[in-house]
Amino acid sequence: MSAASTKEQEVLAFERPKVMAERATHYCPGCHHGVAHRLVAELLTEMELVEKTICVTAIGCSVFLYNYLLVDSVEAPHGRAPAVATGVKRARPDNFVLTYQGDGDLASIGLAEIMHCANRGERVSVVFVNNTVYGMTGGQMAPTTLIGQKTTTCPGGRCREREGMPIKMAEIIAGLGGTVFSARAALNNVKNIRQAKKFLKTAFEVQTKGLGFGFVELLSACPTNWKMNPVKANQRIETEMIPYFPLGIYKDLSNEGGVC
Amino acid sequence: MTKNERKFLKGNEAVAHGALAAGCRCFFGYPITPQNDIPEFMSKAMVDAGGEFVQAESEVAAANMLLGAGACGIRAMTSSSSPGVSLKQEAISYMAGSEIPAVIVNMNRGGPGLGDIGPSQGDYYQSTRGGGHGDYRTLVLAPGTVQEAFDLTMLAFDLAFKYRNPVLVLGDAIIGQMKEPVAMRPAVKVSKAEGRSWRLEGKGTRKPRIIKSLFLDDGALAGQNRHLQEKYEAMRDEIMAEEFQVKDAELVVVAYGSIGRIAKTTVRKLRAKGKKVGLFRPITLFPFPDAALARLAKAGKKFLTIEHNLGQMVDDVRLAVRAHADSGFFGVYPGDMPSPEDFEEPILKALRRKK
Ligand SMILES: Cc1ncc(C[n+]2csc(CCOP(=O)(O)OP(=O)(O)O)c2C)c(N)n1
Ligand code: SF4
Repeated sequence: MSAASTKEQEVLAFERPKVMAERATHYCPGCHHGVAHRLVAELLTEMELVEKTICVTAIGCSVFLYNYLLVDSVEAPHGRAPAVATGVKRARPDNFVLTYQGDGDLASIGLAEIMHCANRGERVSVVFVNNTVYGMTGGQMAPTTLIGQKTTTCPGGRCREREGMPIKMAEIIAGLGGTVFSARAALNNVKNIRQAKKFLKTAFEVQTKGLGFGFVELLSACPTNWKMNPVKANQRIETEMIPYFPLGIYKDLSNEGGVC
Repeated sequence: MTKNERKFLKGNEAVAHGALAAGCRCFFGYPITPQNDIPEFMSKAMVDAGGEFVQAESEVAAANMLLGAGACGIRAMTSSSSPGVSLKQEAISYMAGSEIPAVIVNMNRGGPGLGDIGPSQGDYYQSTRGGGHGDYRTLVLAPGTVQEAFDLTMLAFDLAFKYRNPVLVLGDAIIGQMKEPVAMRPAVKVSKAEGRSWRLEGKGTRKPRIIKSLFLDDGALAGQNRHLQEKYEAMRDEIMAEEFQVKDAELVVVAYGSIGRIAKTTVRKLRAKGKKVGLFRPITLFPFPDAALARLAKAGKKFLTIEHNLGQMVDDVRLAVRAHADSGFFGVYPGDMPSPEDFEEPILKALRRKK
């Protein structure tokens, strides 16, 4: 076989979406922030939203999202991305507005902002990366930290009596009146990543169709602060996280014309 | 609106009308006395004007909504009173850091803490020193009449965009609640190009824009702070103050906002009795009209600063006049309502002071 014909047989499975910067990310090996970024980038491209997207970035390891996702972006204070997104969407209703937030950001300091944004049915999409820990600040306990999980601020393991139960955001958001779509996926294997993309697509569609608020929780690894290698971290998602945070759709009114 | 139309308005309403006339199209609020007339007016006015009104879940959220709308280059505003403005400081610091234009109205009430809902000037430090974390300043405009509440609110939007910076309108419960006739000004037509070089609107075919306050690269934050400081220095072009009978005055009373106006009545009364007193009323509290005060000090005037607090602006007055004079201070306790008569004795005492 000649070299030329070998080349012809190559199948290009996927390319870097052009909306992603051609640069290495700062994330730790095995971190799923990169996977989540990639899914968002693919969808913005496939859904032809790149040119009209305004991204609201949050505090945490993903604060540099704007260095990787080449769209107009504004940086929000810790937890306030849903309020900032509300302002953006009200100011520019024709734009596609996205927030990207970690669990410390969204489920702790920003709990009021996310719940009210959802409840108002703001036409925005929220990507919620749940890695059960505060990554950027060095692995402290998050509202989503699992019972028994050790972090730097619950060194003996999270204890229900002391720290309460891990908070289930996809379920909580589903219970709010303005939510049109709320779901949870995981990023630990190809099958789950495919499901994550499907959920994200629906969440984005409920915005583009003007139906209301869309929310997707993504169970993600933080190998560094879990003190695990990437493979073990992926396994932990399967064996420890998914049993407590079940995957699936918690609310989907996208076929019922949304909430208004 | 007909030409030369006059309306009989409360200060709060004047602020709201001023914002509307200035082209404000997004308002984010949360109820707190004594400024509720503003969100109440805006809840209808914004919608009628084709804009947006959101009653946010908190002042924190309202200020961050403002941040989002401001980043899009839209004329937007929030209003509140002291405890609410404390909550807004997080977003105000971020807006200053990331150079987002916005107008924030504070109808100052008595503090600290929950205090009371009566007038006070206890938020002077908070307003003029940045208020939130970091080295930053906001332009601060202090109306002393209902007409000024209208005019200065209109001006606040122009200044916010001119400097890409949050602008504070600092009134108090007196200004907010009293009624006066206001000469209405015609609504401005906001240029479609406003903020075109930086605002977020979806990147289209150009390069993406990032509006942020995080600067981690070596020297980047220092560079941003240098740039911000230069901007604050340039704001000195906006300095405004009212001088009333200061020319031949031996004693100049320095007071702003509603206290400035009450003090003006006292000055008038004392003038009628032949006393050589005058009034200097700063209208921009940041930048502070220090050069004008220094000129008066050099001309040998004595000073008495009167505030509805326990001594805040007096620091700025003393800094301005220090080479030639000092400023005495008379403070009205937040929680007390002063009358022009209350100022007579302290002014006469200051007039007798050696220097
Ligand atoms: C008001 C405020 N409080 C605290 C911090 C410090 N801080 C930075 S990132 C972070 C936690 C982020 O955790 P998470 O949202 O889970 O994101 P991750 O880093 O895990 O991706 C905290 C507490 C901050 N930046 N602002
Ligand atoms: S600390 Fe955790 S969340 Fe942050 S980049 Fe590393 S692995 Fe990812």
